[in-house]
Formats: sequence, structure tokens, C-alpha cells
Amino acid sequence: MITRGFLRRSTDSGQLIRLPPGQHVVADFPVLSAGPTPRIKTGDWSFALKDGVRPVKSWSWAEFNALPQTKMTRDIHCVTTWSKFDTAWEGVLVDDILADAGIEPPTGFTLAHSYDGYTTNVPTADLVVGKAMVATRYEGKPIPPDHGGPARLLVPHLYFWKSAKWINGLQFTKKDELGFWELRGYHRYGDPWREQRYTND
Amino acid sequence: MNWQNAIITRIETQSLRVKSFFFRLPEPFLFRPGQHVLLRLTAPDGYRAQRSYSIASAPNAGEELELAIERFDDGEVSPFMHDIAQVDDEIEIGGPVGGHFNWTPEDGGPVLFIGGGSGVAPFMSMLRHRAAIVSRVPVVLVFSARLREDLLFFDELSKLAASGDGFSLMVALTREAGAHPFRAGRIDAEFIAGIVGAMRMRVRQVMICGSHPFVEAAAEGTITAGIDPAIIKTERYGATGLQAEVRDLPA
Ligand SMILES: Cc1cc2nc3c(=O)[nH]c(=O)nc-3n(C[C@H](O)[C@H](O)[C@H](O)COP(=O)(O)OP(=O)(O)OC[C@H]3O[C@@H](n4cnc5c(N)ncnc54)[C@H](O)[C@@H]3O)c2cc1C
Repeated sequence: MITRGFLRRSTDSGQLIRLPPGQHVVADFPVLSAGPTPRIKTGDWSFALKDGVRPVKSWSWAEFNALPQTKMTRDIHCVTTWSKFDTAWEGVLVDDILADAGIEPPTGFTLAHSYDGYTTNVPTADLVVGKAMVATRYEGKPIPPDHGGPARLLVPHLYFWKSAKWINGLQFTKKDELGFWELRGYHRYGDPWREQRYTND
Repeated sequence: MNWQNAIITRIETQSLRVKSFFFRLPEPFLFRPGQHVLLRLTAPDGYRAQRSYSIASAPNAGEELELAIERFDDGEVSPFMHDIAQVDDEIEIGGPVGGHFNWTPEDGGPVLFIGGGSGVAPFMSMLRHRAAIVSRVPVVLVFSARLREDLLFFDELSKLAASGDGFSLMVALTREAGAHPFRAGRIDAEFIAGIVGAMRMRVRQVMICGSHPFVEAAAEGTITAGIDPAIIKTERYGATGLQAEVRDLPA
């Protein structure tokens, strides 16, 4: 339905090609989270890899930062319709986390866990072969707490709620177990190019 | 997403920058207080803009849905709604959505709501529902705005607070000079600690809604006042940059 009196704001065509359907470009970096911002000291931080309930390996902040560091500059897309171009992150590829733990992905499904109890489910295939990282730096600086620091997951090709803030672990699961927002009406996969925002989209 | 063409039945000025829009839905839906809907505007060339708005009306308040929309001058959807949308226009509405920032009296209390400006909208739905079912679950609403004229829904909230059914209202004005009966300045840990201390029973749930810097400051204050972060839920309306946030965040 066309809305009476509504017109497109001028956007350059280069932007349009990069924008998934229903998204608009922002210059700033909005914050959306379900609770207060946890303040986690890097001295207390740790990151755990689990296969089901079995712990595989865990890293302290120093150990984690000694893993191979990778830079990734990507466009990010929030389900609330803003997109931000060319966000520059640095951290450890999920591939490098698995390599350091000496394992191949044991299952096709992964649940990311965060310090505040938040979870989100991502198919394992979307985390490997250079697609995703656990980011520790944004635009050359430590990630601010309200943007997920000390570390957040970065899965830039999915809606940004999948890029769990305050991450403290990845857990392989036998089946696709829904995470926090996925249990509360949001899409199980969340591909911005197919506009998979809500459960039945 | 379930979309429908809603018709604007009424537009009311609520405050300096906020208008309430009342919509008639062809297919009214059930929702929980605190949920939001999506407004979707479509241009003749197919371009779409979509934003989220909390439902301010109570469930079972009839077929009309009320949204309180604040005008952001450099925005896209809110200036359209304020300046161009008229009664009898059709606007696409999707939803309801949001399965987290919800509260009904059945969830129990006492609860502390903290709303900044238009962030009071979901609390209106919760409080109107609470009044409609004649609940006495203790609720305190801390309502922060810049100026007296920014206090949307103030008359209705004052009436609810005067009914003596366990709801109380505390207002903080951050930029209002001169004499007024409200707290002057931002809400901080001391202010929250005082309110929580006066609540006799242990607070069961804290819900905070408004702009991101407001929610950050209020959540920090609440945690500093001794509240367990695990009982705090937040809804952030938007918009702050990394640069902006360094400026806006309290130390
Ligand atoms: C779950 C949810 C519920 C919401 N409920 C409501 C509601 O009940 N009432 C309401 O008025 N808004 C609400 N919002 C915000 C709303 O969705 C839009 O973001 C807002 O109307 C601005 O849209 P716009 O198109 O006018 O501006 P945009 O074009 O998106 O942005 C324009 C400018 O406004 C700034 N801006 C946008 N929102 C804010 C904000 N909240 N505080 C400070 N600056 C801001 C941006 O930084 C930008 O500079 C809600 C948001 C969410 C996520």
C-alpha cells in the first residue's frame, strides 16, 4: 500500500545496492539491549568452548588476545531497520578459536552465550570459513561496554542481534536450539537480504 | 509479520514534541502491555521506511490502538507522522512484537517503572491495564522529562496516582528552571535508593524505557542503588553514536 504523501529521502544509488530491503543508513551507532549494560573487567573475563555440556577449552583475556588477530570491515544490519556501512572490527575468527582448541565443528548448530544470560543460535556453517569472529576492538579501540565489550560475536551477514554482546562462550548443540530473541518472536536465522525479521517472515 | 492497513481516527497533541495517534485496526489483535508495533510507510517508487512504536493503549481498550510519537526534526518517520499524516489516512501496521519488555499485574510486584520522555508509552499501556482490571499491585513510575511541557500523559497519570490504589508517580524535570513541585535534575542513584527504600516490600522488577543515554544513566543509578541487575529490563528507543555516547554517558 502506498502511503499518502510519503516520499523517498534522497539517497545515493551506491548506498541502495548495499542496503538490504527495508533498511536505511545511519551514521551513528544505535544501541538496543534487553537489560542494563554489564561491566566486565578483562581480568575477570573468560571465554569457553563447549560441545553440548562438555567443556572443550577456555581462554583468559590474555590467552584469547594471544590468538591470531584478524581485521574485518563490514556493513551491519539491525532488525529495527538501521544499517551502518564499513564498521571496522578486530578480533579472533571462530576458525582460529576452533583451531586453537584442536577440533573440527562437532555439530551443525551453535548457541552463543553472554555474560548477561543472553543467548542466540547460529548455524555453525555461518560462523566458520572466515564468516564470523569474536571481536575485541571496534574502530581501533576496545569495544565500549554498551556495544558489547570486552568482546562480542560478529556475524555481520545476519541481523545484528545475532552478534551477541558480552559473549563468554560458544556451545555446539545437537539440534537448533532457539536463543533469547528467537524465543521472543524473532526469526530463527535472520538473513537481512531475505528480510527474515520475525518468526514467520 | 502480520501487516494491516490501519486508519488514523484521531490525532492529539500530548506535549511539546509528542502527539498521540489513534488507529482503527481492521483486524484487532491481542497484545501484552509493553509490546510494540511497526509502522511502515511506502513511497510511490516502492521505497519503504519502518519504525517501532510502543503501544500506549491498554489491551481490551476497544478497537483503537494508541501510539505516542515524538518528533525528531531530522528524522524520517516521526516528522512524516507529525506534519503530513492526517485523520482518515491509512498507515500500515505490523505486529504486535516484543516478548521481553512486558508486564501485567499477574506478573506481580512491587515494580518500579522508569520512563524518559516518550519512553513512558509502554508504561501507559501497563498502568491503564492495571487500572482497568482494578489491580492493587504496587507500582511506582519515575517519569523524567526535560520541561514541564514535555510531560505527556501527565493529567491522566496524576489522576491514577490520586486514586490511592497503590500506584505512585514521581516526576523529575531535568531542564526546568524556577519553582515547581517536582524533582529538579536527573534521576540518580540517591533518588532511586530513596524510592526503593520507601517501597516497603522488596522490588520484584524494574523496567526502564527511553533513549539509550537515558536508559544507561537510569540503569546505572538503579544498580548503584543496590538493585540486582538481573531484575532490570530495558527498552531502548534509539539512537546514539559511539561519539555521542562518550559525551552522554555519566562517568
Ligand atoms: C522497541 C521500540 C519502541 C519504540 N517506541 C517508541 C514510541 O513509543 N514513541 C516514540 O516516539 N519512539 C519510539 N521508538 C523510536 C522510533 O522507533 C524511531 O526510532 C523514532 O520515531 C525516530 O524515527 P525517525 O524515522 O523519525 O528518525 P530517524 O530517521 O530514524 O532518525 C533521525 C534522527 O533522530 C535521532 N533519534 C531517533 N530516535 C531517537 C531517540 N529515541 N532519542 C534520541 N534521538 C533519536 C537519530 O539519531 C537521528 O539523528 C521506539 C523504538 C524501539 C526500538
